Amino acid sequence: MSKHFKNPVVRWIDHRLPVFSYLDHEANEYPTPKNLNYWWNFGSLAGFMLITMIATGIFLAMQYTPHVSMAFNSVERIMRDVNFGWLLRYLHMNGASMFFIVVYIHIFRGLYFGSYKAPRELLWQLGVLILLLMMATAFMGYVLPWGQMSFWGATVITNLFSAIPLVGDKIVTLLWGGFAVDNPTLNRFFALHYLMPFVILAVVMLHIIALHRFGSNNPIGIDTKGKQDTIPFHPYYTTKDIFGLGIFLIFYAFWVFYAPNALGDPDNYIPANPLSTPEHIVPEWYFLPFYAILRSIPDKLMGVIAMGASIAILFVLPWLDRSPVRSGTFRPVFKWFFWMLVFDCAILMFVGKNPPDWFWQPFAMHVTPAEEVVAAAGVADADALWPITFAGGTLGIKILLLGQLATLYYFAYFIVVLPLLSIFETPKRLPLSISEPVLKGGGKAAVAHAHSKPMEKA
Amino acid sequence: MSIRSLVLKASTVVVGAAAVLFIAAEPGGHVDIPKEDWSFQGFFGHYDRAQLKRGFQIYSEVCSGCHSMNLMSYRNLENIGFTEDEVKDIAAKVQVQNEDPNDAGEMFERPGKPSDHFHAPFPNEQAARAANNGALPPDMSLLAKSRAGKGFGGYAGADYIHALLTGYGEPPADMKINPGMNYNKYFKGHQIAMPQPLQDDSVTYADGTKATLDQESRDVATFLTWTAEGEMEQRKKTGLKAVLFLVVFTLLAYAAKRKVWKNVH
Repeated sequence: MSKHFKNPVVRWIDHRLPVFSYLDHEANEYPTPKNLNYWWNFGSLAGFMLITMIATGIFLAMQYTPHVSMAFNSVERIMRDVNFGWLLRYLHMNGASMFFIVVYIHIFRGLYFGSYKAPRELLWQLGVLILLLMMATAFMGYVLPWGQMSFWGATVITNLFSAIPLVGDKIVTLLWGGFAVDNPTLNRFFALHYLMPFVILAVVMLHIIALHRFGSNNPIGIDTKGKQDTIPFHPYYTTKDIFGLGIFLIFYAFWVFYAPNALGDPDNYIPANPLSTPEHIVPEWYFLPFYAILRSIPDKLMGVIAMGASIAILFVLPWLDRSPVRSGTFRPVFKWFFWMLVFDCAILMFVGKNPPDWFWQPFAMHVTPAEEVVAAAGVADADALWPITFAGGTLGIKILLLGQLATLYYFAYFIVVLPLLSIFETPKRLPLSISEPVLKGGGKAAVAHAHSKPMEKA
Repeated sequence: MSIRSLVLKASTVVVGAAAVLFIAAEPGGHVDIPKEDWSFQGFFGHYDRAQLKRGFQIYSEVCSGCHSMNLMSYRNLENIGFTEDEVKDIAAKVQVQNEDPNDAGEMFERPGKPSDHFHAPFPNEQAARAANNGALPPDMSLLAKSRAGKGFGGYAGADYIHALLTGYGEPPADMKINPGMNYNKYFKGHQIAMPQPLQDDSVTYADGTKATLDQESRDVATFLTWTAEGEMEQRKKTGLKAVLFLVVFTLLAYAAKRKVWKNVH
């Protein structure tokens, strides 16, 4: 069972503690479908980002002071006086955005290629759990610099828990460690922000163990049928992942070095002031779709439930999509609804960024405040406006309505579209094996073609 | 087949057009800030040292009468071209309270040192408000960062500062200005408590540059960008090295990947 290692020290250790055999089995010879495309790079990129965030975070924590009167200045001290402190902080702060970009692509890849289907349901659910933990971690991390958006974001989000009947207020007091967002809140958020990444790391381990039980899904979505369909993880996917990492790092470096604050809110460079509320309290971009769903429901409790449900529904996704075909490539109707979901999430992001009572005027290329639309329409107040108006001679759609429609589609995709598709959709004929599409047609021409373009694997 | 591809094309066009329309949608409710050219913009951007010195002159002769700059120390001025002795002289012009009491247990004042933070004009917020008609002059250390436009492609903080300083004037006839307030076309709501701080020839530049309002505004906006983002030059230089390294690294990785994958099909 254990591999014979040449190095006697390694052999001695491995005989007693088979870590080398384990690593060799899981990371070296681990059989992987040979047809994975570049969408499969994002899992390892997410792992890379987790390590980057932990590493930069530990060094930032050495310089940071979690106290309401010192937190803001301690972050500025990191920026100004700590050697390469600006680099550490910008890597960490933009790293959060990069982590979410990578993870969202990873999730949409899973959605398209049916990676959540049997036998990978638990693998998928662990992934959703990681997303939840990431959201909590990112939220608490954003509070730490104690700028205006930190403070008011924390106030708005923790207040959501007060919507829970009976125990809501008690939960909020517990989160705050008092009766308002204050020093105890900052302290516990710092403690938890330091703790959670290690919890994420543990769940990532489970995610990988579950992954290695049946191996990666693949773009065709059919199971591997023996050695001809797989290649060892190393050196094939290690080299491919490192190449992908290079591309990704160039993208990451662009933000860190040339636009480090473009993804953040300028208001967070104003120290927190409980007496002055910013005009628009907007979460970071990666929370916008969820924020849009929250605000689409006029009732606070129902809004919170809808926001929770938007994640919770992912947990039961494997049982909502009953289609036996995994890959979207072979599902002619599903494909359309999938891309509409991607587009829908972009709309939700746009909605989350803008105040709900404003109007999107697509042909004027403008998002217009309610009072301007009221003036243009010549009505008494905003309540007298229809959610779709032609005030000022141009079409205007209320952001709230847009958000409600987008929220409706988001849930309909999971609750209505996928179950119905499982019944009514006729999938295309599946290849017999992963090797088949490459060898299809046979003859020397096809083989020569495959040789001339080694990058294209099916 | 042709109907299907027609539907496909039509849908792509519709979705694409909708996407363009909402990406292009500009949020309303704010004032349009003109974008200016700055030496520190772009991949190779750097600060103009002479301009930073002029900006510092405006800050110390005009702004610092009301605005604090708590995050800056006098020693930081060495980075914009002042010598160690000049910095000592600048710091020594203010009297600061020593952090610790003397041997008799009494707090005492001493001349500033390069390691001291910039001396604040008011001891606390209440004093600042009392002296300014109830308005609080914001700390200027991070002004350029906190007043930048939101998102990618937003205007720089320097654009805003320059616009604000040159945006004073007579209000439109139908606008009522509250007592103690001033009209400014670039300030949100167009009423600002700060009276116009700079006019032509508000300062006499040591380097002979003509002190027009526009020039002064540019200089102080550049200086405030430097106080907010002092690391910018080092950041962009490091970035260039990092990206060059990464490009070579990625090309090598690509070559390695191709070689390894040569026989897989």
